[in-house]
Amino acid sequence: MLTKRIIPCLDVKGGRVVKGVSFVNLIDAGDPVEIAKAYDEQGADELTFLDITASHEERGIILDVVRRTAEQVFMPLTVGGGIKVLDDIRNLLLAGADKVSINTTAVHDPEFIKQASLRFGSQCIVVAIDAKRVVEHDKDFKPPLAWASDPKYGSLFLSDSALHTPHSALRWEVYTHGGRKPMGIDAVAWAKKMEEYGAGEILLTSMNQDGQKTGYDLELTRSVSEAVSIPVIASGGVGNLEHIYEGFTKGKADAALAASIFHFKEYTIRQAKEYLRERGVPVRL
Amino acid sequence: MIAIIDYGMGNLRSVQKAFERMGREAVVTRDPKTILDAGKVVLPGVGAFPDCMRNLEEYGLIDAVKQSIRSGKPFLGICLGLQLLFTESEEFGISKGLDIIKGKVIRFKGPEFKGLKIPHMGWNSLAVKRRPPVMQDIPEGSHVYFVHSFHVVPEDKGVIATTTNYGIDFVSSIWKDNVIAVQFHPEKSQALGLSILKRFGEQKS
Repeated sequence: MLTKRIIPCLDVKGGRVVKGVSFVNLIDAGDPVEIAKAYDEQGADELTFLDITASHEERGIILDVVRRTAEQVFMPLTVGGGIKVLDDIRNLLLAGADKVSINTTAVHDPEFIKQASLRFGSQCIVVAIDAKRVVEHDKDFKPPLAWASDPKYGSLFLSDSALHTPHSALRWEVYTHGGRKPMGIDAVAWAKKMEEYGAGEILLTSMNQDGQKTGYDLELTRSVSEAVSIPVIASGGVGNLEHIYEGFTKGKADAALAASIFHFKEYTIRQAKEYLRERGVPVRL
Repeated sequence: MIAIIDYGMGNLRSVQKAFERMGREAVVTRDPKTILDAGKVVLPGVGAFPDCMRNLEEYGLIDAVKQSIRSGKPFLGICLGLQLLFTESEEFGISKGLDIIKGKVIRFKGPEFKGLKIPHMGWNSLAVKRRPPVMQDIPEGSHVYFVHSFHVVPEDKGVIATTTNYGIDFVSSIWKDNVIAVQFHPEKSQALGLSILKRFGEQKS
């Protein structure tokens, strides 16, 4: 039986892990390669690096990190952040990444996902979606005029009433630029479109829940997971093991991404998996 | 020496690194002579079946693959490298394969897959039917990493080494004489996967 995946995520900036990781037995707790090795030993199912390096000049650094990690760790590795052109994907795959995760560039140019999946195969193209509940929509936001009249986006936009009526049915809006810019696009419709364009997987982050440690947005996760036939990774909000369990059972996620609960040793990957197995969720132990 | 056939598809570095980790020298090559001279040959690959066949043809590698298999030296197919050995695939219409193993490559499709995500992606377990020497360290029920939307259906069920359940019991590896080919990725399956590559590297050429 296919097992549910547990994926630790590391934020990498200038080749160093930020937000810190507190494994005692690491020689260098800021070194992504050391941390990747530690998670490998704990039995993580995959690993995700999110490159939050600001400047384009520093792009080469993440390639070196990926290269060094792939020499030490033999499990699937996804790298996201700052991917703008097809060559960015090619370079990451050649360095040893198995999948790349694309967010802002997909929203600005959906065709990019089509080209990327045709050239490299759907299996390595993850589309990352940052979604926020519409009741908290930025009322000053107007979709760029050129976009609203562009047929490639038209039907994806949330209507004015959906955007500005607090009690409208549950809807989520796509954000870009690390969750700072609202796009006026419906997150569930966007996920379906990305599947149609060749995405092999969706990495779905709730901007409301991210960092809150009160659990995933289960309605969002379930809505997207049931709308697409490709795997969905739940992200944003894990504070304890029950949250991961609910992400799989109520949220219908195929994989669970988490950062701080593993980085700060609140739980090991193994503890998480034992907890899940006791409750009937298939995991690899 | 192990030759990893490079026909422009997929991340071959990880296969090479995995062999190196196991203390085996491996070269990534598209030179037919290097492949024919190698003691062991690996056909990896991700991507679309017809593209892979076209590339193998364009680089003039089809004969090298067939001759390597005929010569009796250890041969390992990984993922698409398993599928390419078959007669034909239904990916993008019907595409002809290398026809070394009689049978078809078909999509995960039908009522059995209702509610299941495609691609089949993640860690799933192996049910061992016949144990090839390279899998001697693989306990029944071991989890290995998969990512694929198509699976192989051999005419001769006698070639099946393992099956895996996803909606149906599909063939996750085959073993025929000197050829072993797996649908999963040993180079991404941590210690258990590496043990397969280690045993493959130890086989007599």
